[in-house]
Amino acid sequence: MSGFFKKLINKVRNKAEIDWDELEADLIAADLGAKLTMTIVDELQDLGRQITADDVSDTAKRHIAEILPEDKLDLRPREDGLPYVILMVGVNGTGKTTSTAKLSQHLKSQGHSVMVAAADTFRAAAVEQLEVWANRLEIPLVKGAPNADPSSVCYTAHQKAIAEGTQFLILDTAGRLHTRHNLMSELEKIERTVGKQDPSAPHLKMIVVDATTGGNALQQAREFNKAIALDGLVVTKLDGSGKGGIIVSIYQELGIAPKFIGLGEEAHQFKPFRKEEFVEDIM
Amino acid sequence: MFNSLSDSLENTFKKLRGHGKISEKNISDALREVRLSLLEADVEFSIAKDFINKVKEKALGETVMKSIKPGEQIVKIFHDELTELLGGDQVPLDLNPPARILMVGLNGAGKTTTSAKLAMRLKKEGRRPLLIACDLYRPAAIEQLGTLGAQIDVPVYKPDASETNLVKVAKDALKWAEDQNGTVLIFDTAGRQEIDEKLIEELKDLHKFLDPKETLLVADAATGQQAVSVANHFDEAVGITGIVLTKLDGDARGGAALSMRGVTGKPIKYIGEGEKLENFSEFHPERMAGRILDMGDVVSMVEQV
Ligand SMILES: Nc1nc2c(ncn2[C@@H]2O[C@H](COP(=O)(O)OP(=O)(O)OP(=O)(O)O)[C@@H](O)[C@H]2O)c(=O)[nH]1
Ligand SMILES: Nc1nc2c(ncn2[C@@H]2O[C@H](COP(=O)(O)OP(=O)(O)OP(=O)(O)O)[C@@H](O)[C@H]2O)c(=O)[nH]1
Ligand SMILES: [Mg+2]
Ligand SMILES: [Mg+2]
Repeated sequence: MSGFFKKLINKVRNKAEIDWDELEADLIAADLGAKLTMTIVDELQDLGRQITADDVSDTAKRHIAEILPEDKLDLRPREDGLPYVILMVGVNGTGKTTSTAKLSQHLKSQGHSVMVAAADTFRAAAVEQLEVWANRLEIPLVKGAPNADPSSVCYTAHQKAIAEGTQFLILDTAGRLHTRHNLMSELEKIERTVGKQDPSAPHLKMIVVDATTGGNALQQAREFNKAIALDGLVVTKLDGSGKGGIIVSIYQELGIAPKFIGLGEEAHQFKPFRKEEFVEDIM
Repeated sequence: MFNSLSDSLENTFKKLRGHGKISEKNISDALREVRLSLLEADVEFSIAKDFINKVKEKALGETVMKSIKPGEQIVKIFHDELTELLGGDQVPLDLNPPARILMVGLNGAGKTTTSAKLAMRLKKEGRRPLLIACDLYRPAAIEQLGTLGAQIDVPVYKPDASETNLVKVAKDALKWAEDQNGTVLIFDTAGRQEIDEKLIEELKDLHKFLDPKETLLVADAATGQQAVSVANHFDEAVGITGIVLTKLDGDARGGAALSMRGVTGKPIKYIGEGEKLENFSEFHPERMAGRILDMGDVVSMVEQV
């Protein structure tokens, strides 16, 4: 990340005429999408004067900041003593399992009791993967047999979390492409099943999105949202070159707010989403 | 939202049809729209720009200018150019002994799954593949490859989970392979971000030690504008010999394919179209061009011209 602004200054400085195509390229490179990029570029062109690097950066930041919501993340245990249930969903390989582990660590470090459920009974060694994390972080885990019904794993875990008075239960599900209807209805079933022992559960349904993904992430969010009405988003791999600009479009169109960011493969490389930081980093 | 590319091409059609004569100006206007659609399909900016310029140059040529249906002609040029850019010679894998294939790529791209898919395919072709787990980071990565190998009955080298020296793992694996009667060795590596210098160094060391004939970059079809950075960095670090595009069973338009191919010149050799090990096939440039253009109808219209 960063570096963009420096590049920009060099480009804009000492130039009688700005190369609008190049400017457009830099904005597009953050995966902001053609639409938002055009809006920003059009506005700059409308200034009708020689623009400065500050103009560009300010305009872009203002637009992004106007779209994104204020961060108001407040994960608190429920007052009725029942577990607060978090469901993690997303397409294959985005970072659901790793983010499940990271989030459980985050909650634990705030003094809450946490349990995780390995509800990916499909992918090779998916259960073992979460199990390694759970052992490492000393967090209780509930798992099912390979190819067991993921809903039943979630049900059992929920039952156990209720019985033990666990404050947070995080359900890690299998990766699935949003184009697979049967797999999307499997998620609806998980949601219904979790509602059986507590009609208000699941309380937070988060899609995990890879920052390296382009426009398709919007499509992913649309389809998962149709199936289970998402409440939030985790954007992972922001330690890479992907800037995750697509989450701006996702919030703009679907109102799904970013809640956490992933910044590496280790448990501590994870934190609540901060709009200010994100807006700075994207530039 | 922006129109899909096929919509915008149809508009281009209509606009150009409306004009008795085609001018540089109205071609430029139409192509600007098409360029935006390419960007929406995640084709990298500079690649999209060069591509449009090339199409424009051809479109301004004699035959198009004089043709009765210039719009259709332009779309045909578009499609043909795209196919050519994505295609080139389909070089088969170099499997001459010692046949070693190194799988590299970003986190979660599909390397481990693809390693097993490739092993299954090679086995069907009558070769004797071996799988080697070289991911010492991701929890249960070794078990994952082990499980997949067992499913297809291919031996898997599983280093001790506490091992930290990758070159040593590779050395031990080569020794192990001597007794396995295998003919092709597939090395699955850990996912890494292309700008993570430490992990890229590690990969370079492994590559140098193995000196593999094939180094395949495994990339997610939904990759966005960073596709060029990803492909370039991996290519500079370890000299990739080909690309495998995964998760094409989704609806990603796959503009990354064009970007990666365009910037490295390395062929896309295979595609993954599902989580199951049999969901794996050879790459067809024409189909990919149609997908990026999202223009089934348009292509058939062109064919009737
Ligand atoms: N660099 C980096 N890697 C990450 C991050 N989050 C996850 N990963 C890596 O991405 C890869 C995939 O992560 P998983 O947690 O297995 O992803 P998943 O969504 O559970 O995958 P499936 O269950 O197979 O769909 C692993 O190599 C993780 O270590 C992150 O924030 N940064
Ligand atoms: N739908 C679909 N899923 C795929 C495809 N290829 C791989 N996957 C899935 O993508 C996820 C990640 O695949 P892996 O093989 O673990 O990816 P990886 O590159 O080895 O991941 P790391 O080692 O953590 O970097 C898993 O859920 C796979 O099942 C594909 O072609 N289509
Ligand atoms: Mg997982
Ligand atoms: Mg792997």
